[in-house]
Amino acid sequence: MTTPAYTRKDFQTDQEVRWCPGCGDYTVLASVQGFLAELGRPREEFVFISGIGCSSRFPYYVNTYGMHSIHGRAPAIASGVATTRPELSVWVVTGDGDALSIGGNHLIHALRRNINLKILLFNNQIYGLTKGQYSPTSEVGKSTKSSPFGSIDYPFNPVSLALGAEASFVARTLDMDRNHTQSILKAAYEHEGSALIEIYQNCNVFNDKAFIQLTGKEERVHNRIDLEHGKPVVFDEGAKAVVMRGGEATIVDSSSVDPKAIVVHDETRPDPSTAFALSRLSHGPYGPTPLGVFRNVERPVYDQEIQVQLETAKEKLGEGDLEALIRSHGTWTVEESSANGGS
Amino acid sequence: MADEIATTDPSSTPTETAEKLVVRFAGDSGDGMQLAGNRFTDASALFGNDLATLPSFPAEIRAPAGTLPGVSSFQVQIADFDILTAGDAPDCLVAMNPAALQTNLKDLRQGGTLIINTDAFDERNLAKAGYEANPLEDETLEGYRVIRVPMDDLTKLAVKDSGVSGRNVLRSKNFLALGLMAWLFNRPTDPTIEWVEKKFAKLPEVAAANTAAFRAGYNFGITTEATKNTFEVKPAVLRPGTYTNVNGNTALAWGLIAASQKAGIPLFYGSYPITPASDVLHELSRHKNFGVRTFQAEDEIAGIGTTIGAAFAGHLAVTGSSGPGIALKSEGISLAFMLELPMIVLNVQRGGPSTGLPTKPEQSDLLFSLYGRHGESPLPVLAIPTPSEAFEMAIEAARIAIKYMTPVILLSDNYVANGSEPWLLPDLDAIPEIEVEFAQHPNGPDGTFLPYMRNVDTFARPWAVPGTPGLEHRVGGLEKDSLTGNVAYDPGNHQLMTDTRAWKVANIANDVPDIEVAGDKDASVLVLGWGSTFGSIGAASNRMRKAGTKVASAHLRHLNPLPNNLGQVLSTFDKILIPELNTGQLLKVIRAEFLIDAVGLNQVTGEPFRVTDIEDKIAEMTK
Repeated sequence: MTTPAYTRKDFQTDQEVRWCPGCGDYTVLASVQGFLAELGRPREEFVFISGIGCSSRFPYYVNTYGMHSIHGRAPAIASGVATTRPELSVWVVTGDGDALSIGGNHLIHALRRNINLKILLFNNQIYGLTKGQYSPTSEVGKSTKSSPFGSIDYPFNPVSLALGAEASFVARTLDMDRNHTQSILKAAYEHEGSALIEIYQNCNVFNDKAFIQLTGKEERVHNRIDLEHGKPVVFDEGAKAVVMRGGEATIVDSSSVDPKAIVVHDETRPDPSTAFALSRLSHGPYGPTPLGVFRNVERPVYDQEIQVQLETAKEKLGEGDLEALIRSHGTWTVEESSANGGS
Repeated sequence: MADEIATTDPSSTPTETAEKLVVRFAGDSGDGMQLAGNRFTDASALFGNDLATLPSFPAEIRAPAGTLPGVSSFQVQIADFDILTAGDAPDCLVAMNPAALQTNLKDLRQGGTLIINTDAFDERNLAKAGYEANPLEDETLEGYRVIRVPMDDLTKLAVKDSGVSGRNVLRSKNFLALGLMAWLFNRPTDPTIEWVEKKFAKLPEVAAANTAAFRAGYNFGITTEATKNTFEVKPAVLRPGTYTNVNGNTALAWGLIAASQKAGIPLFYGSYPITPASDVLHELSRHKNFGVRTFQAEDEIAGIGTTIGAAFAGHLAVTGSSGPGIALKSEGISLAFMLELPMIVLNVQRGGPSTGLPTKPEQSDLLFSLYGRHGESPLPVLAIPTPSEAFEMAIEAARIAIKYMTPVILLSDNYVANGSEPWLLPDLDAIPEIEVEFAQHPNGPDGTFLPYMRNVDTFARPWAVPGTPGLEHRVGGLEKDSLTGNVAYDPGNHQLMTDTRAWKVANIANDVPDIEVAGDKDASVLVLGWGSTFGSIGAASNRMRKAGTKVASAHLRHLNPLPNNLGQVLSTFDKILIPELNTGQLLKVIRAEFLIDAVGLNQVTGEPFRVTDIEDKIAEMTK
């Protein structure tokens, strides 16, 4: 079978895309469609499952199998697909409210199990679809419709959370940077097991410019810390570097340290502690913030393991025999025209 | 103690033959009463008796030892004819401690046999059980045949060479009691000894201790001639065929496996542990060689979530829980209804609301099953009447789910789930296949695929599973266009889709077997039941008829849609009695549906009906 030659258009549907004009979701959608076309994999092998929220409309716009489900439950539903059909490529599209608030439990358990799901977490730090309440990633003090005196909720750092759940693949990217997004998508796709990709996504209606420190022409030069496997963690055109001090990742002037002291990023490090330390460099996109792959390690994959158990059971016990099963607790026979049983 | 069962003729003690006997084992929840009861039951089953069991245990794994709430019991009725319940009043009670005596003595029939572990009747235990005076020394036990057995001392003596030591010694006490019961009721001993050897193959000293205690109990009966006569119940005259003893949860799990084979698609079971449904998960997880995937979800919601995913992916998808867990799944079930995907939602009911009575039966989730979802979302609802029928009801639920592309709610309860009875094994080849037709080709104009284009007979939409080329489509919880499945908000479409979904489920009535009337067709009273009251209702009706009262009974297995002939059947009787272990839920449905002045008999004690209670009610209505 030849691999199909697709263009981005093949992954578009006939449905009108209904996000607000200028929404970051459009860029992510284009990045994903373009990426899928480039893979050349038959499109019937992809399944996109989403929850509820602006970003969760995503499956309607991607011409693969898809399900727009209920709030927070996409990782669970997708786990059911991946567990029963490990040959498929299963993707979850979720947002900061969907994944980290109502669906927090499913997210961490999918990551813990290392089910082969690629989870795209669109983080705009606000509830968009319900028109502007603070979210579990909104900064403390944020004034919104439901927090007129400022939010007192301490936010999650999604990358730290995923690393805490020992996710085998954790990355962060930006909606506006299509090349970066596509390179992360590719790495996640090639990874076996669950992958969490946090996508900083601008909501130009309810939380505009939330990521300006990373997207603004002036600001991004100083604040984007691009993590690259095997390379020293430096940014701000080499002026700043990251070193480990007392177990913490710390930003220093490059000139003030021995170059050998600078952290060399190793995404394959089995222990997640260094990746976690890097994730703590920022509590949100308000200053220097790492982007890229934090962690990419091999670990047994749930849906493959379940397959192994099924096959092992068949090898050991033989193909299931229903007749034998219903007799497995012992039987007795009542003979025709006889009051006596017992055998 | 002798190493073997004494060879002196046990028949030196005369034997009294009975048609039926009710035996109850009662002790502390750590005393192994469930195990003893189950062994006694299995030996009786293999001997050929008909039987029915009623296990009863506290919700706590180990409630404080010796206390009243810590009492665990197991009742079994054995008979030489076809019986339907575990019996009302025990003929024989084993009381392993004062608390067990205190909570169970009131049920023992006058003149019944009482086997007491005298070693447990010390001051401390007596106080815990609320006895001011020792009932072994006053008139409490007058009118019963009491067999006093120093079980602790006898057990210690019996197991001293087994290699078991310390606090583990007394754990064999239940086998001592079981051995004595085997003698008293002339049960075969081999099945129990073989079971012990197999079960404890990896713990030879435990096997040796249990066997020694069992033999010591048996021999205690013989050598002390503990009672003036022993009892026997001859094998029952049952329909010819091969039987096994099975409980409802096991039969259900096997039925799901059978359904998967008949449908030719793998079984997926997504579930979160909850009493009394967990045993279904346990049983299924053992049978991976049947291609069964079990998924112990992180919560109840993930249980239904993974099940929806598995159904979308083309598997026979099932989630199981009990009342509180089903409540958590409610939003997911409504999504599944909206998506029109086939799956089974199993509810093993227990006493509610909230945590309620986790280990007791109740039928209080009927209205919740019929109506407990948001929006207009009618679902097929089935209920299992007896432990063994769980097998075919599981297949029936799968058949309806797949044929009509809908979630199906399958109701069981703690009585069906944990009770056991002989099951005449079915001819598996005679069970019809369940036809699964995955969509393979576009069904719309210009090679398009219309995921909501329906089968003209069943109104089912096509099941197009991921991986099928050309049928890529999106489904979701938002209202969908009646053909394309695309999001559609227009008023006419929502009306059409709401009506169509309801009509699809209502139409299943044409595929539901007619309800059958048992007993006297010309009686004035029809007793209508559903679920686990089957045995109590059947036994009460049979006894009334034997005593000369005309009475009819009928049992619903399909609660939605109801059988087409139900209204007509009900209209031919003057009075309708509906016994339920709730405050009148089917009663409400029947009155609303048929404008019939039916009468309820309702009980929420956490116990099944006593047959006599139903008899009394029938008598009152036929007076």
